[in-house]
Amino acid sequence: MTAELPPGLALQKVDERIMTLNVGPQHPGSGHMRIVVQIDGDYIVACDPDPGYVHRGEEKMAEYRNYILNIPHLERPVIHDSCNVLYPYVLGVEELLGIEVPERAKYVRVIASELNRCIYIMYWLAIYGIFLGHSTMFMWPAGDREFLIDLMEKMTGARVTHAHFVPGGVRNDLPPNFEDVCLRQVNYFEKRIKEYAAVFYDNPILISRTKDTGVLSRQDAIRLGTTGSVLRASGVDYDLRKKEPYDVYDELDFQVPVMKEGDSYARSRIPWLDMMESCRIIREALQKMPKSGSVRVKLKPNPKGGNDTVYKRVESGRGSLGCYIVSDGKPEPYRVKLSVPSFRNLIALPYLLKGEKLGNMPSVYWSLNYWPVEADR
Amino acid sequence: MSVIAPKFKLSEFIKSLLDNVFWVILLMVLIGIPAVMMVLFVIEMPVINGELLTPFLALTWLADPSRVLPIVQAFMTTDIFRVMAFPGFGFAALLAAGTIFVERKMLAKLQLRVGPFYCGKIEGILQLMGDGLKLISKEIIIPAKADKPIFWAAPVIFVAAAAAFVAFIPVAPGWVVADVDLGLLGVFAVIGFFPIITILSAWSANSKFPFIGGIRALFQMVSFEIPLILSLLGVVILTGTLNLSEIAASQSSFPWIIFLPIGAIVFFITMLAELERIPFDLPEAESEIVAGWLTELSGMMYGLVQLGTYLKLYAFAALFVVLFLGGWNGPMIVPPFPAEILTDGIVMGPITAKIPGLPLFTQEMLNGTLWFVLKTVGVIFFILLPRGVFPRIRIDLLLSLGWTKLIGLAFVNIFIALGLLYAGVLGPGGLQ
Repeated sequence: MTAELPPGLALQKVDERIMTLNVGPQHPGSGHMRIVVQIDGDYIVACDPDPGYVHRGEEKMAEYRNYILNIPHLERPVIHDSCNVLYPYVLGVEELLGIEVPERAKYVRVIASELNRCIYIMYWLAIYGIFLGHSTMFMWPAGDREFLIDLMEKMTGARVTHAHFVPGGVRNDLPPNFEDVCLRQVNYFEKRIKEYAAVFYDNPILISRTKDTGVLSRQDAIRLGTTGSVLRASGVDYDLRKKEPYDVYDELDFQVPVMKEGDSYARSRIPWLDMMESCRIIREALQKMPKSGSVRVKLKPNPKGGNDTVYKRVESGRGSLGCYIVSDGKPEPYRVKLSVPSFRNLIALPYLLKGEKLGNMPSVYWSLNYWPVEADR
Repeated sequence: MSVIAPKFKLSEFIKSLLDNVFWVILLMVLIGIPAVMMVLFVIEMPVINGELLTPFLALTWLADPSRVLPIVQAFMTTDIFRVMAFPGFGFAALLAAGTIFVERKMLAKLQLRVGPFYCGKIEGILQLMGDGLKLISKEIIIPAKADKPIFWAAPVIFVAAAAAFVAFIPVAPGWVVADVDLGLLGVFAVIGFFPIITILSAWSANSKFPFIGGIRALFQMVSFEIPLILSLLGVVILTGTLNLSEIAASQSSFPWIIFLPIGAIVFFITMLAELERIPFDLPEAESEIVAGWLTELSGMMYGLVQLGTYLKLYAFAALFVVLFLGGWNGPMIVPPFPAEILTDGIVMGPITAKIPGLPLFTQEMLNGTLWFVLKTVGVIFFILLPRGVFPRIRIDLLLSLGWTKLIGLAFVNIFIALGLLYAGVLGPGGLQ
């Protein structure tokens, strides 16, 4: 059938050598998304990521609920990193309503946030392992993650979807004896993740597969707007915990891991180094935390903000996560916009995959620290 | 309290057991025994120990079971027994089934899991049977545009080729299905079948992911066949024969791995690649190409390919044992058959039972089989181990490994063998 094309449109000529693969949404090597990959032999000539399969309208939902009711559903985009996803929203609402947070609550938030970062990275690492065909590296992080999940359960009462941060502090105080248990678990966890180097990060096959693949130069990383571990793996020392310290991060002593290579290996190693720094932060925060005191400011029922806008951002497990809140004086926000790191990192994927081999696709794709559900919101 | 398994009740268990026994007896009496009798009356019966085997004689076995033994012994000398049961398919399939179970449990222990646990009550020992039943009961889906005859035939040919490979393996002195003079050459010929079957299956599915997987498997197997064959030449040079039984017999004093370690290492690595095991499981790389050339296979077709894969695994491990680890040779650890049973019979209080036809197996055969199985299980363990430790390698790294490093090492191995031969240290048949 040869239908007349409208003027200005032309059919794309397809080379017979080129094969189009639909990687996803039902494919073991994609998340909840599709990557349309065109390959010539073993080389990828074009790649078109197609997110949007798990769009849930979180931002629209936020316009119909008041500031407190928004908390449980706004953490849904990344349930493994739920505290960090909620963090910028809570900080923003506090600024809108003019609330001063107690000192102890700030420390509890930092501890919960760092524990959550580790939980997220462990999940990410498990999937990275199975993407590379390393089944032990799938099982070990998935198992060791349980220590931290148990800690979060002790702290908040829920295993993954905590809804622990509220405007004005945190929902509940820490349970008795939490400091000792947390210290013990975190020390063991740190010992455990150091063992991953022997089986995974120093593995010669892993290094030969991921070194010098999907190289993102420093300029490109900045130009494409990537954040988090992707940006830091390309040699840019940028971490919001250092650059725009929120809560008590400016009182804590930690370093930000940076690597210069910009390849898949560096991008996969940075989160692992992040976890060690997180353990350091948790230990220090447990020391410096006030031993008693309030953890929550009592709010008015159904609080209203003024005619104001606020933008807050934090460093999540994937990069800088921003939340833009517009208030028009009603109990519900006029608009809540999440600026998510996953989507910004995904933009780099077509640039990185062009000219790569098909075998590098899983490692490059997942090294971008991308979470499909978060990108769709 | 387990949620998955219902609460165990002895009465119900006994009731179900009795039900089963009742149906088995009913079917046997109504269908089984008449059918067997009809067959026995029609066919011509053999003469064993000067006694014509008749159905009525068979009934006397119920009164005197020891009279079965001569029949069993006569059956053991037939080719059917060798092909179906002992050195052939049955033995290999048993070892392969054990391999699957051990692999799953071992990998689980390595990865902080428990592995199969519920099926069969004891550590999930019946898991494989459950998996097999599931695969049999599943619907077989054929892609609409597939080339159906080839697509149907490929898994069957795959199992047949793997079984043919098993036929060349000598398990104990004299116990081999096909004792051919050019046995090693036959093995190479059978190994050459696998890439063809793979690409036939992959291409006939008429689907993208199987096609890429099939092409990868073709690359991998063809490029690793050359170092595979070259690495075995050292053994052939030193023994001067291609007969696998003679190669195994030539290692009675020492295994060839002592003199040809490089050849053994090259053969082991190429073996992993031919078997598509991790780290060389590119044809089935799930994160890139779903399940590679197995993507479109469903139900028992997939089960057949798995059976063939594990038969192949056993055969390669056994080949490694025969060529480098001395096959059945080993210190005699099986005790000899007690002589007084042969002369006096078994004395149990007042009863003395003289059983003709004992011993069923010679001491050498039992000892050889024991050593062979021990060594094979050891080699299989080392084949399974990389799965817990290594990620998947990339296709270009794999091919460069095969075409440059392994072929170079295989030539080094051949020069070592030639050096040993010309220096007069070793020659055909062992130390000179």
